[in-house]
Amino acid sequence: MIKVYVPRDSTALSLGADKTAAAIVAEAQKRNIQIELIRNGSRGLFWLEPFVEVATEKGRVAFAPVQPKDVPGLFDADFLHSGAHPLYLGLTEELSWLKKQQRLTFARVGITDPVSLQDYIAHDGYKGLANALNMSGADIVKVVTDSGLRGRGGAAFPTGIKWNTVLNAPAEQKYIVCNADEGDSGTYSDRMVMEDDPYVLIEGMTIAGVAVGATQGYIYLRSEYPHALKVLNEAIEKATQAGYLGDNICGSGKAFHLEVRRAAGAYVCGEETSLLESLEGKRGLVRFKPPLPAIEGLFGKPTVVNNVISLATIPIILDKGAQFYADYGMGRSRGTLPIQLAGNLKQGGLVELAFGATLRELLYDFGGGSATGKPIRAVQVGGPLGAYLPESQFDTPLDYEEFSKIWAVLGHGGIVAFDETVDMAKMARYAFEFCAIESCGKCTPCRIGSTRGVEVMDKIATSKQENRPLHAKHIQLVRDLSDTMLNGSLCALGGMTPYPVLSALNHFPEDFGLNKKEVAA
Amino acid sequence: MTTVLTSQENARIDACIEAHRKMPGALLPVLHAIQNDLGYVPEEAYPQIAHALALSVAEVHGVVTFYHHFRRHPVGKHVLQICRAESCQAMGAEKLEAHVKSALGIDYHQTTADGAITLEPVYCLGNCACSPAVLMDEELYGRVDSQKIEAIIHEARVSA
Repeated sequence: MIKVYVPRDSTALSLGADKTAAAIVAEAQKRNIQIELIRNGSRGLFWLEPFVEVATEKGRVAFAPVQPKDVPGLFDADFLHSGAHPLYLGLTEELSWLKKQQRLTFARVGITDPVSLQDYIAHDGYKGLANALNMSGADIVKVVTDSGLRGRGGAAFPTGIKWNTVLNAPAEQKYIVCNADEGDSGTYSDRMVMEDDPYVLIEGMTIAGVAVGATQGYIYLRSEYPHALKVLNEAIEKATQAGYLGDNICGSGKAFHLEVRRAAGAYVCGEETSLLESLEGKRGLVRFKPPLPAIEGLFGKPTVVNNVISLATIPIILDKGAQFYADYGMGRSRGTLPIQLAGNLKQGGLVELAFGATLRELLYDFGGGSATGKPIRAVQVGGPLGAYLPESQFDTPLDYEEFSKIWAVLGHGGIVAFDETVDMAKMARYAFEFCAIESCGKCTPCRIGSTRGVEVMDKIATSKQENRPLHAKHIQLVRDLSDTMLNGSLCALGGMTPYPVLSALNHFPEDFGLNKKEVAA
Repeated sequence: MTTVLTSQENARIDACIEAHRKMPGALLPVLHAIQNDLGYVPEEAYPQIAHALALSVAEVHGVVTFYHHFRRHPVGKHVLQICRAESCQAMGAEKLEAHVKSALGIDYHQTTADGAITLEPVYCLGNCACSPAVLMDEELYGRVDSQKIEAIIHEARVSA
C-alpha cells in the first residue's frame, strides 16, 4: 500500500492540512485506490504547508502546498507514482532548504508519525536512554557537560553544570521541570518538538531524571498550545504502557513519572522561578535567587528546570556522545540551534544549523527575503525582550558571545523580520506595553517602569513634531527609565525590555524624530 | 457581576475540585477544569475551591486574577483570540484587529450582542511562520486576512 504523508503540526493544520488529508482519503476511495495515510510532523517548510509526501522506492517525494481543490488533479496526474504535476517538488531530502541544514535535535521531526512509539524507536529513538541506564549519574552529567550544551530557552546557562548541582544536592525527592511556556513571539521550535516528536522530549526528561536522581517530571505547557497538549498526553500514555515511564523504566528498577501541567497565559511564567510558583498553584511571582532552583526548586526540592529544546537535545548527545555534538558550532556556542524564521519573510520555517551562520544567510538564503517584497528594515532576534537589529548588523554570526558584543541576544532562536513600513518608535512603545501587561508586579522597575515607558513613548509621538526641547527631555527620560529597568529589575522581563526599546532608539532614531547626530550626542 | 450558581453548576464545580484536589499544586488544574466545563471561573466558586484546597478565598482570587487565561465572567459560544505579538504585527495584525473589532462591533474582552463570539487578544500562538494568526476556540488559523477572518467568524456563527 502506498504511504501518503500529510502533517498534523499546528501550522499545517492552520493552513488546512486536515481538509487536505480528508480530500486525499475521499478521492482515493472514490477511485478505489488503497493508500495508507500517515499524519506526520512538519518538515518545517511552513510556507509550503500543507506539505504532502508520497513514499516511493527512491525515497519520499513532495507535493506542496496542496489544497483540497488540488487533490483530484494530483490523482489525475498519478501523483502516487510521482507523476508530473505543477506542485511536484521532487525528493524531499534533496530540497536544498532541508539539505543545507544540520538537523540533530530535529532529526526525526517531519519524518515520523509523532505518536507512534514504534516509529520513534525505528528512527534511533531511546538509544540515548539505553546508554544512560548503563551509566552512573555523574557520568551522564559529565557527557552533557562535555557536549557544551547551553540552555536553549534563552539564558544559555551550561546544562551540565545545572544538572551537576541537582545531582549533588541531597534530597529524598527531586524534580525535572520542562519549561514549555514558549511565549516569545517568533518562536515555535518547542511547539514543533512537542507536536512532531514528543518522545524525544520524554526521553530527554527521563535521562535527566536518571542522571540526577529525580523520579517526577512536569512539563509546564503554555495554554495557547492545545494541539501540543493532546499529542504529549497521548505519547506519555503510550510510553508509560510500554514501560519507558513509570516505576521501573526499561526494567532498570529506576522510576520516572511524567505529567503535563497547563500554564494559564502569563508570559512571566517562562521565567524559571515564576514557573515553579505557578506549578505550585500560586501567582507566578518571580522568586529572589539564591536559593537556586537547583538547590530549592519545586516544593522546595532540588529541581532541574530546562527548556524543551535543551531536554530534547539530550537523547542524541547520550546516543552519539559528547564529542559528536561539540564538534558542531563556534567558540563557546557548541552544537546546533533550531532557528525559527518568522514575521515578514517569504519562506518562514524551522532551520536547524550549527552556531555560526549569519543573520543574512538566514534572512535571504533560507527566508527568501521579505514576504511583501519590500526591503527588510529591522529584525528582532530572541523574542519580545530581544534587540532590534538594523541591516548593518545582518552579518553577525549566530553565536551567544557575538550577539552579546553588539548588545543583542540569541534567546530562543526566533527571528522576526519587518519590512520598511515598520515604525520603530511604535515597536519600542509596544515593548513597554507588553512588559506592563505581563509584569508579575513584584519589583518596582518592571511594574511601574513599563507603564511610565508607555506614557513617555506617547508623549514622544507628539513632542517630536511640536516641542524640540521637551522632546529631547522625553528621549532622555526613556534612556534613564531603561537604565533603571535594566539594572534594577528582579528578572529578565523588566531587565531586558530596554533591549528592544534602546536598540530601536539607537538604530532607528529617525522614527523617534531624531537624526543620527542627536543620538550620538 | 454576581450571579447565583445553580445547584447543577455547583455540583459540576465540586466534581472538578474532587478530580484534582489531591494533585500537588492543585489550584491551577482545578481552575482549568472549572473553566473547561463552565467557560469561566465564577467568583461564587472561590469559597468551595478555597475550602477544598485549604487556601484562603483571597489566595484563590489572587491566582484567578493573575493569569490572563482565567475568565471571571461567562463568555460567548465561541472565543476568538487574535495574536498581537511582533511577528503578527510585522504581517498586518493591527489592520486585522481593527477589522475584526468593527465587524463584530466589540472591543477586546467583550462579547457580541448575540452571545456568539467573545474577542480576546493573545500574545503568540506559535504560528509565527504564517502570521497573522488567530485561534477560534481550539482551532488555529494562519495567514489570516480580512476575507479569511470573515469566513472563520461566519463558520463559527452557523455552527452550534
